[in-house]
Amino acid sequence: MIKIPDIPESVVVRHGAKAWPLALAGAGLLMTGSLLSWSGDPQVLGDLSISFNPGGLQIQALALALLAVVLLLAHKGPLTSLGQWADTALGLRALATWALLFMVMVVVAITIEAGGLINIDPGGWISLLGAVLLFAAARLVLPRETRDPAEAHLPGWSEILVIVVLMAAILFGTAYALGLTDAWEFVLFLVFVTGVVIAGIRAGLLSWLGHVTPRHRHVLTLAAFAAAFFFPFTQNGSDANMSIASQILIFGAAAMSLNIVVGLAGLLDLGYIAFLGAGAYVGATLSTSAFATIGWNPPFFVVVLLGACVSGTLGLIIGTPTLRVSGDYLAIVTLGFGEIFRLSMFNLDGNNGPDLTHGPNGIPAIPDLAFGSFNFGDTHNVLGIPLARFSNYYFLLLVVIAFIILVFSRLNNSRIGRGWVAIREDEKAAEAMGVNVFGLKILAFVVGAFLAGMAGTIKAHQDVSVTPDQYIFLESAFLLAAIVLGGMGTVAGVMIGAVILKLLPEKLRFFSDYRLLLFGLLLVLMMRFRPEGLVASKRRQLEFHEEDEGLAVRVEGEFAEEVKP
Amino acid sequence: MTMAAETVEASRSPGVPLLQADGVIMRFGGLTAVNNVSMTVNEGEILGLIGPNGAGKTTFFNCLTGLYKPTEGQVRLSGVALAPKPRAVVEAGMARTFQNIRLFANMTALENVMVGRYCRTSSGALTSILRGPKFKREEAETRARAQELLEFVGLGTSTDHLARNLPYGNQRRLEIARALATDPKLVLLDEPTAGMNPLETRQASDLIFKIRDTGLAVVVIEHDMRFIFNLCDRVLCLVRGETLVEGTPDEVQSDPRVIEAYIGTGTDTDEDAEDSP
Repeated sequence: MIKIPDIPESVVVRHGAKAWPLALAGAGLLMTGSLLSWSGDPQVLGDLSISFNPGGLQIQALALALLAVVLLLAHKGPLTSLGQWADTALGLRALATWALLFMVMVVVAITIEAGGLINIDPGGWISLLGAVLLFAAARLVLPRETRDPAEAHLPGWSEILVIVVLMAAILFGTAYALGLTDAWEFVLFLVFVTGVVIAGIRAGLLSWLGHVTPRHRHVLTLAAFAAAFFFPFTQNGSDANMSIASQILIFGAAAMSLNIVVGLAGLLDLGYIAFLGAGAYVGATLSTSAFATIGWNPPFFVVVLLGACVSGTLGLIIGTPTLRVSGDYLAIVTLGFGEIFRLSMFNLDGNNGPDLTHGPNGIPAIPDLAFGSFNFGDTHNVLGIPLARFSNYYFLLLVVIAFIILVFSRLNNSRIGRGWVAIREDEKAAEAMGVNVFGLKILAFVVGAFLAGMAGTIKAHQDVSVTPDQYIFLESAFLLAAIVLGGMGTVAGVMIGAVILKLLPEKLRFFSDYRLLLFGLLLVLMMRFRPEGLVASKRRQLEFHEEDEGLAVRVEGEFAEEVKP
Repeated sequence: MTMAAETVEASRSPGVPLLQADGVIMRFGGLTAVNNVSMTVNEGEILGLIGPNGAGKTTFFNCLTGLYKPTEGQVRLSGVALAPKPRAVVEAGMARTFQNIRLFANMTALENVMVGRYCRTSSGALTSILRGPKFKREEAETRARAQELLEFVGLGTSTDHLARNLPYGNQRRLEIARALATDPKLVLLDEPTAGMNPLETRQASDLIFKIRDTGLAVVVIEHDMRFIFNLCDRVLCLVRGETLVEGTPDEVQSDPRVIEAYIGTGTDTDEDAEDSP
């Protein structure tokens, strides 16, 4: 995205030979500095003041330097045999750029937090100098011949190993990021992660990964769920992060359901949160809360089904008349529906119509779920690790999400999914080929609403209370943003989008006044540079780049490869 | 496929009317695009629909296939009146291609044809989610039939190519394969050789003969006179939304009104008619 002007060729030719040792020296300096004390003030950014006992940020700097060394050795040196598969020069450049950004931000952060440049110890300056040197030298490293990593046929087990290691790294990274309480530390960790990921992309490793993962889709899914499953065990019984995590899962479940409507059927829905709300209100009114308005307490799985059905019926009711309009009109009608739902819940308080929802007060004091003797409010010990209230909900939601993903991918990969693609591609032609356009649109609407309703019933118990102001338009907009940001029509992308959109506001509380500004900016940038989202669905990518012949040929090859068993 | 083969054998009885359009009128506001056109297509017959630009050929096609609801008139297939809805028309057994190719550009060739099978398959949402034996069987059948049709139109090696990456002539073939996937009794081809070179045109007429030989009736809109007169059993000429002449290629070819409608003045042969300015 950010284009740093290239160095004139004459300079590169003249000094190209010195680049490699200089870069190595830079990485060495960065490492040495990171082992020394960075900050004179032990209070800021974790503790960075003890030499030879690096704090979190120093370990990240060490990791960046180590990666740079590996790339350098792969470029020219003992690891060349590995290097031929990756674009080491480009990867190094990206890594060095981000390492420099990282160090500059560290210096700025220490200066601001501790009050003055004086607090930066020699180690900090050495690291910064190393980063500058690495940055400059990396710009001079000449690119070399590379081979397409897709040709590298590694044994299957090593590919699986890569996936497992990756998932473990994500699990560890997330647990670490959630544990960071200091905003600066969190932002710097994000810079570190972004730098590593971008270096990976530039070096071509991510495209290799994109090649490997379809072959081991089941392993990937399993590993991802295993990582998610083990997450609560990394929290030592603390429920603070688990509360955020289970909020993310609720949000993710709703986003995945909306993904059926938006990503698969291509229908824009701006009032989707109402379906989550419908499920939540069913869950609340049928609970044993003293404020519940319906005195019937069926078993919870009946409530889940009822909530899903009520929500699905609402989907049908709103869909039948409105799906005859398309595009922008549909967006406006659904937006209206979302508001109608919220205002209805707001007004069903006994003054206007029946007292079903207690109006703006909502239904508080919803008790925790209990399956037999297993109460979700209690802390349970598993293998000596205490798992508290939110962990319990987290596991339940994980099952729900797994179900939603199953429905999503199976529908996507069937006659119905093909029909949806055809409708997105050319609605008239699809109709003329006998595809039940209207029926399939309704189906997407109803299935999406059904699944969101399911998640909603759990949300009611997890949140303890259900009020209309939880279901404002902004929430619908965020759901849609998660999908657009992550990648329409993908599973991984939407889950990543959901994590980003829920986690960032929690961790950047100081920024909360500006979060809409930040997201707006983020979306504008995404639309400009990567309209298909972080994780691109291949089909969507094609749709967004209709002129790109090269892409079409490339994707064609990938499709063909997937068909082969 | 065996089922399709049976219906093919049963329906091979030329002379029996398959499609009957009676007095079709299509008005857009004050403009009458199609004025009282009647057309009968017999089983196993290739009918050509010709006429100068703006004669209402495509509009007439759209009336037949339910994309437009005709202002007046009725369309019957095998004696049953067709509802003016595209899906009903396809299900009744009439499929079409488009003048400007309307493939699902970002789907592979095979997937395009598989979409054509949509109306002849029935796996619903629940079946798709549960993945029972019915789903697997139907999916395998759909795939096999689609592959078979691709081979039939000569695209057997392009299965995994994206529709938008296919050369122009092959896109036309793919559109025909997609139409055939709906198990039609009658296919309507809207300018199947537009933009093709002479070799591709000859291949196209071979393909149309091949389709006819499986027992299907074909209606072709075309501007290429030599193509039409070589191909068709009967030809219908539309001018300004009305039927000008209907008859065998020889009759239509020699009719001075047809020549006049196309180029304004009389010329000896259609070959000249094509080439002359």
